[in-house]
Amino acid sequence: MDVKGLNYACTTCHVTKAHKISGRYYSRPAPGRHQLALPADDGERLACESCHSRSPHKKSAILNHHTDKVACQSCHIPRYARGGVYTKMWWDWSSAGKFTKDGKAIVKKDKNGKLAYHSKKGDMRWDANVVPEYFWYNGSMSYLHEGDRIPPHEGPLQLNSLQGNYNDPGARVFPFKVMRGKQPYDPVERMLVVPYLFGKKGTGAYWADYDWKKAAAVGMREAGLPFSGKVSFVETEMFWPITHMVAPKEDSLGCAECHRRNNGRLEHLTGFYLPGRDRWQLLDTLGWVLSGLTVLIILLHAGMRLVSSARRKDADTQGEVDHEK
Amino acid sequence: MKSKVLLYTRFERFWHWFQAFLIIFLLATGFEIHGTFHMLGYGAACYWHNLAGMTLLILTAFAIFWHLTTGQWRHYQPCSENLKKIAGYYCVGIMRGEPHPFRKSPERKLNPLQALSYFFLKVFLLPLQLLSGLIYYFYNDWLNWGFALRLDSVAIVHTALAFVLLIFLIVHIYLTTTGGTLISYTMAMITGWEEIDEEICG
Ligand code: HEC
Ligand code: HEC
Ligand code: HEC
Ligand code: HEC
Ligand code: HEM
Repeated sequence: MDVKGLNYACTTCHVTKAHKISGRYYSRPAPGRHQLALPADDGERLACESCHSRSPHKKSAILNHHTDKVACQSCHIPRYARGGVYTKMWWDWSSAGKFTKDGKAIVKKDKNGKLAYHSKKGDMRWDANVVPEYFWYNGSMSYLHEGDRIPPHEGPLQLNSLQGNYNDPGARVFPFKVMRGKQPYDPVERMLVVPYLFGKKGTGAYWADYDWKKAAAVGMREAGLPFSGKVSFVETEMFWPITHMVAPKEDSLGCAECHRRNNGRLEHLTGFYLPGRDRWQLLDTLGWVLSGLTVLIILLHAGMRLVSSARRKDADTQGEVDHEK
Repeated sequence: MKSKVLLYTRFERFWHWFQAFLIIFLLATGFEIHGTFHMLGYGAACYWHNLAGMTLLILTAFAIFWHLTTGQWRHYQPCSENLKKIAGYYCVGIMRGEPHPFRKSPERKLNPLQALSYFFLKVFLLPLQLLSGLIYYFYNDWLNWGFALRLDSVAIVHTALAFVLLIFLIVHIYLTTTGGTLISYTMAMITGWEEIDEEICG
């Protein structure tokens, strides 16, 4: 896309054959253990490997060793929303519907001029040059669909959940933007509601009447879904895989971004051994204590040697004096 | 009477110092990879560690060949004879200024305690460390070769042996100061020549 660089069009990568656009295919997981992601192996699923193969690094064998467990995107998209373009990170619908005393819509901007609050939409947060979050991902996701019951969950409700883990040979560490926010749901039916947003006053449209219950009742009726009449808000998160905005190779992720004791980018991914981050505390303690003890014993021994040789010298000179007498 | 004898041949000296350098370098870069401190940077530490590791492997192959063809391996044959006496010397005799109970000669360069510890170093410690390093290096190929070995089990062995090597190194360096003068043993390993007491040699 970089005019000064390769200047690829979307369709250079997203090639189209008989109206089938290659891209992310929801039904097909990421390239497995193939060296190249060719259409014969992976259908129309597009991947960096389609052009670059699994071992694109000429200078470093270690980098090529990573591509089975770390996706190209993890290292080559060090940050997203680069170049001063902000991306929405948080959208809290529950605070929508507040007005000034004289009934006017409230619109607040943050220090970068991005919308921070709007009576129609609630609170929002934006960010630029964001460090992605990393998860194991084998290319498949499961989605919470319209009308699905909300499963029991700890923490925020996941609108889509990623599949794959370290032991899955098809899974790799992949970068994500995680979109978080609060959305309306029906606490009795345990279902996210489909609110009716646009419309004239009196139709129940949220952006005209500002009543979540009415908006939900109309929306759910149209969708043919049950609605109990109650509306609450649930915190949600959604995982968006990051694939675009590959940075120039000089800006690729440095080793120590992942291989470091604390605050590494993969800090939260556990269940496997990451050199430089992981260690056996017991072995380290034992090792250093024993090394320290050894040094201590040596110092003691050396001290005793020093003292005894000084004494011997004393005794020798004493002896010589005696002799002269 | 003291007389000078050529104790260490040119190859032996070259091998000793090159190996010493490599092991110290491997320890330093290894503990950087381990996350203990930061010096070269992670990528550079890995690169140089692997290079030094491979060099040590090649050097060791040459050394094994040399030991076998020259028969020098005999020096490392451990024998329990006089072990107590020598251990006693390092604990007590050395304080009293007694002479070393063992007489060095080109035929028997190592005292029994040395022979035992170098035997342990060369037959267990280093080979295991070279092997675990090699397995670490080829980690990505295990699956293709049909082994379901986990990286953490290799890393724990490699790290544990690194600690043992570190302790060995500390003791080894200290013991080089126990010759006639503080540096006489070190000088012998540099020049090859060592002064040997002929009177006691008798
Ligand atoms: C360098 C090659 C490349 C270029 C150029 C490119 N894409 Fe993509 N795109 C990809 C890859 C690789 C994927 C991810 C496929 C996957 O996830 O399996 C992708 C995924 C997508 C997706 C799906 C995202 C998702 O989260 O499901 C969309 C939409 C998309 N691209 C649109 C575009 C548009 C529009 C352009 C031009 C502005 C473009 N792409 C240019 C390589 C490219
Ligand atoms: C349509 C084929 C195609 C696809 C798909 C593609 N690339 Fe490339 N990429 C290229 C070509 C061609 C070059 C230029 C190679 C060169 O300059 O030697 C390149 C260059 C690069 C470079 C080097 C940039 C530099 O600074 O020199 C990186 C890094 C890179 N690609 C990463 C990726 C990643 C990551 C993906 C997946 C998101 C991807 N590519 C997908 C064709 C592709
Ligand atoms: C562990 C991180 C990491 C992973 C995973 C990774 N790369 Fe790289 N890549 C780098 C780094 C770092 C460089 C810069 C090397 C340099 O400075 O020469 C690089 C360089 C490149 C280059 C430029 C050519 C070169 O040799 O300098 C291309 C093309 C590339 N990567 C493509 C890919 C593709 C495609 C994948 C996935 C199959 C991938 N990379 C996976 C870190 C990674
Ligand atoms: C995106 C995070 C990331 C970056 C950046 C990264 N690594 Fe790794 N590295 C990993 C993960 C994850 C593993 C574990 C892979 C496994 O268990 O198969 C790993 C494993 C390793 C291993 C042990 C396995 C082996 O192949 O020997 C070494 C060594 C290593 N990395 C070195 C490096 C070096 C050197 C760099 C920089 C050039 C680097 N890594 C950059 C994530 C990363
Ligand atoms: C005196 C010998 C050596 C010492 C003291 C040593 C020490 C270490 C230490 C402490 C680590 C970090 C382990 C961790 O935290 O997981 C390490 C990593 C490693 N060692 Fe060694 N090592 C030695 C020899 C070798 C040899 C001969 C090889 C074979 C090539 C080797 C290959 C590796 C590899 C591949 C790693 C992982 C990081 C990397 O790719 O560089 N080591 N070493």
